[in-house]
Amino acid sequence: MDFLNDIPWMLIAASIAKTLFLIFGVVLPIVSYTVYAERRVSALIQDRLGPNRTGFPISLFGFEKDLQLFLGGLGQPIADAVKFLLKEEFTPAHVNKFYFWLAPVLAMVPALSTLAVLPFGNYLFGQKMVVADVNVGILYVFAIASIGVYGIVLAGWSSNSKYPFLGSIRASSQMISYELSLGLSAVPVLLIIGNLNLSQAIQYQIENGWLLLPFTDGNLTLRELLLWIPVLISFIIFTISMFAETNRLPFDLPESETELVAGYHTEYSAMKFALFFLGEYAAMIAGSSVIVVLFLGGWHIPFLPINTLESSTTPAGIALGFLHITAFFAKVVGILLFFIWVRWTLPRFRFDQLMKLGWLYLFEIALVNIFITAAILALVK
Amino acid sequence: MAVTSQPFEQPDTLTKTQAALQHLAAGNSGASDLLGEKLVLNMGPSHPATHGVLRLVLELDGEVITKATPDVGYLHRGDEKIAENMTYNQFVPYTDRLDYLAPLANNVAYAMAVEKLMGWELPPRGQAIRVICCELARISSHLLGLGAFAMDTGAMTVFLYTFTEREKIYNLCEVISGARFTTSYTRIGGMTRDLQEPFFPMVHKFLDEFIPSLDEVDNLLSRNRIFVDRTKDVGAISKEDAISYGLTGPNLRGSGVDHDLRKKHPYLGYEKYDFDVPIGSAGDCYDRYLCRVEEMRQSVKILRQVLDKLPKGPITVSDPKNLPPAKTEVMTKMEELIHHFILHTEGIKAPPGEVYFAAENPKGELGFYINSKGGGVPHRLKIRAPSFVNLSILPKIVPGHLMSDVVAILGSLDFVMGESDR
Repeated sequence: MDFLNDIPWMLIAASIAKTLFLIFGVVLPIVSYTVYAERRVSALIQDRLGPNRTGFPISLFGFEKDLQLFLGGLGQPIADAVKFLLKEEFTPAHVNKFYFWLAPVLAMVPALSTLAVLPFGNYLFGQKMVVADVNVGILYVFAIASIGVYGIVLAGWSSNSKYPFLGSIRASSQMISYELSLGLSAVPVLLIIGNLNLSQAIQYQIENGWLLLPFTDGNLTLRELLLWIPVLISFIIFTISMFAETNRLPFDLPESETELVAGYHTEYSAMKFALFFLGEYAAMIAGSSVIVVLFLGGWHIPFLPINTLESSTTPAGIALGFLHITAFFAKVVGILLFFIWVRWTLPRFRFDQLMKLGWLYLFEIALVNIFITAAILALVK
Repeated sequence: MAVTSQPFEQPDTLTKTQAALQHLAAGNSGASDLLGEKLVLNMGPSHPATHGVLRLVLELDGEVITKATPDVGYLHRGDEKIAENMTYNQFVPYTDRLDYLAPLANNVAYAMAVEKLMGWELPPRGQAIRVICCELARISSHLLGLGAFAMDTGAMTVFLYTFTEREKIYNLCEVISGARFTTSYTRIGGMTRDLQEPFFPMVHKFLDEFIPSLDEVDNLLSRNRIFVDRTKDVGAISKEDAISYGLTGPNLRGSGVDHDLRKKHPYLGYEKYDFDVPIGSAGDCYDRYLCRVEEMRQSVKILRQVLDKLPKGPITVSDPKNLPPAKTEVMTKMEELIHHFILHTEGIKAPPGEVYFAAENPKGELGFYINSKGGGVPHRLKIRAPSFVNLSILPKIVPGHLMSDVVAILGSLDFVMGESDR
């Protein structure tokens, strides 16, 4: 029984705890509250109110009144989730059942798996706040995120119906095209950082200032200023590509509701639909997190001390650890609000225009940008 | 060593399909190699972009449309037949349900047609009130057309902005006629009632608030690169096509034809008002959109002029035999009571003959052809519905476009099925 002693039980337990905390404590609530935010923010943009009534039904447990929190409507995501769970799990007769059931899973799982390598905080209770601190972090993110396209393709194909089919064809070509510019626009960042590990990316930004805001370390050198140009280009291309990857407006062609009814998930209902729906938001969160890690310094707060592995169990260290986690998610929420804002402002591209933008502009610019970065790195010391 | 090179051609789907269509149009029969296997897609009658119950049967090659067949009639209620079975005044509520986005304008057009048969002309105040009705209806209808067009291209927010303004017009309709949606405001020879006092501050407030709000929509769309790319050179209708297909309204003017019944055949004293008729040049979706935006501004201009010099006096024609008597007299006098019953059971005493009257409605030329054999009931009533005629151009302009362009074209044609199917 000696081998039992070799297994790092503490590490496994911590990883499971972190995974459970991340998925059930952070991501799923953020996902459902992003939906709520989407509805409230869009209402704000459109001079409406949005859902502002649903409270928490504690009257079911014998209380006199339902709990209405400060803004109202905060119970809406729970009501939505319950509605999805209680709906009839309907499978149309003409579908390919296996793939029809597999597709929603493939839409949700990659989005959540991506989060495994994203450092969402520094140290807390002697643990590094990342589920898997792997050396190929960013490659892992791209590899897993591109699996997401299978969910959409399979959904469209297995539905055995024309509108979903058109939607999934659009989705697959769109996602494959934009993955190129997504990947290429991340290369300059990796060149600058010189490491694929996402924790190292943050470490670099702590030492040299955030890539997008190079003055956050207190000083600004000529090299940083020159590098700021390709980083800005990278950031813009990366963000645009992220919109396309997550099928958000103005790139929501796969599910453009006025053309293709509901696109690839036309035939879906109940929880299977909810998985697509939430998967889109989870992908948004994953994408925003990658943007935050690569360009906005991850969990780092400028001009604030950073706790270490040793100090992370002291009260001050714990407070600092939580502060860093909060900072990370605050930045993510900021990007999410930007996603929402854009969605309710812009019209939608046409398919050929979208492909043209991806292949003729973003791809080339991203490619040239790599050379510019390399030249600056080689010439300016 | 000599090298021969051959240019490698890989046309994209759009050029490929257009080449194939030319190949077929040139009289070559049989399937061309250029065409792949076609997908027949049924769009509607229940589809978010078809605004009601239009059904389009599309033939797709990839995402490019090779053939489009509109299928109308899902909302057919037989309005023309219904009209033959009731008196002229009883048909007014049915006109609300033609273009239900501009019921006031339909009421006016119908009443004007019957009045033409009767040889009546309204007193100045009555005409001015009808102009107010028509222009409010035009703004309301164009707002919806604009909002729905924007929503079809993906800009959802514009739709809600325009609806905020339409809500104010509904409030105005309520003050004018007592009803918000199905106004039934006109009667043959006049209106149900005069404008109420609270109407005037309300309409001035609306006009003041409307232009900034329209500017906001204008700013969101007119120079938006994505929107312009989606609409420019899409669904272009040439001047000749527009005329030969009988298009009317902004769809005709978008193609560059200067034809507005308010200018060409003025009615209701439109010649007294100073306004411009916007016309486009390319006849594409973008031009039609610009025409509608400008027409709303011109409508505001007309409304301000009407309101500034609203004449005093009666609002109905002076033909007591064919108009209902005052209610107080019906209740107190025998003759008036008899007159009331005769008028409401037999209808007005229309002369035999036939008339056609067309008004410049928001959607185009709404015409009523009335064939009368005398008496209170039309022998035949034909409605020339602009939406129906405007839809007829779809098979001509849709082929060769992408699937996404169909929604832009449908949105820019701004039809309403209640009128098309009548």
